[in-house]
Amino acid sequence: MNSTSPNAESVAHDAEPGFWRAYLFSTDHKRIAKQYLSVALFWAVMGGLTAYLMRWQLAYPDTEVPGWGFIAPDFYNMLVTMHGTIMVFFVAMPILLAAFGNFLIPLMIGARDMAFPRLNMLSFWVFALASLVLLTSLFVPGGAASAGWTGYPPLSAKPEYTGVTWGLNLWLLALALEFASFLMGGVNFLTTAINMRAPGMSFFRLPLLVWMELTAAVIFMLSVGPLIAGAVMLLMDRVVGTTFFLPEGGGEPLLWQHLFWFFGHPEVYVILLPGFGLILEIIPVFSRKPIFGYRPIIYSTIVAGALSFVVWAHHQFLSGMDPRLAMPFSITTIIISVPFALIVFAMIATLWRGSITFSTPMLFAMGTLSVFIFGGLTGIFNGSAPVDIYIHDTYFIVAHFHYTLFSAVFFAGFAGLTYWFPKMFGRMMNEQLGKLHFWLTFVFFNAVFIPMHVVGLGGMMRRISDPTQYEFLRPLQPLNQFITVAAILLLLSQLVFVVNFFRSLICGKVAERNPWQANTLEWRVPSPPPHENFDAIPVVYHGPYEYNSSEAAVDWLPQDRRVTTGAATR
Amino acid sequence: MEAQTLTSQTPSGKIGVWWFLASEIPVFGGLIVSYIVLRLGGAGWSEASSHLNFNFALANTFVLLTSSLTMVLAFAEVEAERPRRVGNYLLLTILLGVLFLAVKGFEYAGEIGKGFTPGAGIFWSFYYGMTGLHALHVLAGIVVNLILYLQALSGALQRHGHRVELAGLYWHFVDVVWIFLFPLLYLT
Repeated sequence: MNSTSPNAESVAHDAEPGFWRAYLFSTDHKRIAKQYLSVALFWAVMGGLTAYLMRWQLAYPDTEVPGWGFIAPDFYNMLVTMHGTIMVFFVAMPILLAAFGNFLIPLMIGARDMAFPRLNMLSFWVFALASLVLLTSLFVPGGAASAGWTGYPPLSAKPEYTGVTWGLNLWLLALALEFASFLMGGVNFLTTAINMRAPGMSFFRLPLLVWMELTAAVIFMLSVGPLIAGAVMLLMDRVVGTTFFLPEGGGEPLLWQHLFWFFGHPEVYVILLPGFGLILEIIPVFSRKPIFGYRPIIYSTIVAGALSFVVWAHHQFLSGMDPRLAMPFSITTIIISVPFALIVFAMIATLWRGSITFSTPMLFAMGTLSVFIFGGLTGIFNGSAPVDIYIHDTYFIVAHFHYTLFSAVFFAGFAGLTYWFPKMFGRMMNEQLGKLHFWLTFVFFNAVFIPMHVVGLGGMMRRISDPTQYEFLRPLQPLNQFITVAAILLLLSQLVFVVNFFRSLICGKVAERNPWQANTLEWRVPSPPPHENFDAIPVVYHGPYEYNSSEAAVDWLPQDRRVTTGAATR
Repeated sequence: MEAQTLTSQTPSGKIGVWWFLASEIPVFGGLIVSYIVLRLGGAGWSEASSHLNFNFALANTFVLLTSSLTMVLAFAEVEAERPRRVGNYLLLTILLGVLFLAVKGFEYAGEIGKGFTPGAGIFWSFYYGMTGLHALHVLAGIVVNLILYLQALSGALQRHGHRVELAGLYWHFVDVVWIFLFPLLYLT
């Protein structure tokens, strides 16, 4: 194992920090990643709970929810709002960006830590504060925010309209803190990748996950500003009496929709790209083949990132905006499927004639791919204004975005967790339980969301609490009940993961450095990696996906291994 | 432990501050574009704008521009390695920032006295929203400069002179934002 480079010195590690610095106020990127992961998994349980309550109410309206009680329409509105807010901002982003980004970026680029370790700690604690504020908002008088996760005014702008006073103010504050946290995180990601790469780690030797995290960070940082401004404006409307979004004072409710979706749509890619990044690392490893089209994938990512800024109004075809805008935004929306199609084809081409191992991470990666393709295809329906006019704000939309986001957050998230679990915690997860978890999740996910398309085409609106109040929706009720049963089974299936996670944490097989025989630098250090990661900073000689290379004797070639035979000194 | 050598010639702090500023531009950008688009489509904005105190705002513009000058001079003294003058110029920058906020507060008081509260109409919503968010940024800059000033007094700044440059980048950004806000709100 030639992991020491000629010009790097080997030096002893710093003393490990004490308890408080090590566990609570740690500046170690790996610890911070786990902190994000823990908070996000807590929120995932909360998000699952809201899903359960909503589904029960939709299938059996106004009956007692087992384990909870009756759900009033106001409370249902709150559930809808919180489910979206929690899943997007407190589960998807902290897992895909913060947890995986923090854990993997320094390891993958050969750095000891992030460029600004203390700023990193601050980002986490601001995120924790945001979590606390959101949690508090659930218990204040007047109830939590219930104007939808998109918070459209005038509904959100005046407390009289929803009866919610402090709940919505705190919701805005929680979002503002969350954005501040991820802005700091973004600055850190970008500076780290620009300035902390190991010798030889050029931009075109970076693992694709790093590219995806960086693109996501740039998209986030450049798109969230107008919504920060919008959140300040909405808060001012509610608290100091301005009229930004109130027509009676000369304001414009549609303005919020533009500010929200100018961020809201790029946000989809902020979540999707790191999800793709995770499975782009996993697919070559379990196909034992170089990734197909490394550079085209990077260029597609950049193009998709740029296009993501000019598609937002496809959320607003029915909002009353100038209808002449519908055509341009339909066109850009359909164009953005091109770079994503390219990435998907590159993944499929990587599988082509590979020697594939269907391990748990690989199964989840395949799950991500197939589920995302399905969701991408319905996205083309939604993107064309004439079709969207019919299906807008129905369960067809709900089904569509769960196909895209559930694949990125949960399928790719589970792929990543099962793949990097040995590196994070030093133990292997159980394969049998992992596979069982995958198949249960995959089957029940589709059982929930395929029928949802049908319900949506039948006209069911996405935010109603009782479909049976409409005559024309009553025939759909058996389907709604089927979805609910499947959803409960989907939620229960996650217990398999919980059991596997904790069981493996305590008594899983001890992991070696590189259990998957992968090339990237995080597999060159012990599992879990020590404080400051590397004994000596590695020197990088290869791209990340040199599997079955003719230069190496085995079918993998670590990025920092210098090949001394033949044409090795390229 | 062997320290890590940086990939580029640029210190990480500078790269970080530039990315931070890049993410700040869309915050004010969103506000400014919203203001322009709504203003193009509505009537009565010029009339409302005529009630602003132009002379005070003009004076305030000079105050803020001068504070950018003193900020640059502070950094020039860092490079010239004259720590006492660094502190003096930082103090001057802080005082000019405080003067700016005081004048702004005086303007607010006058306008609210005339009945132009944040709820008085859409122009006033934007006026208070934009200048208020800008004032918060000035305040943040003052706090940063104050910390640097205290470090200059204690001598701690001598090893971290580059911090003056980074704080300066931010301070100039806040200045530039005002250069956009001033004509948009007061001169049209």
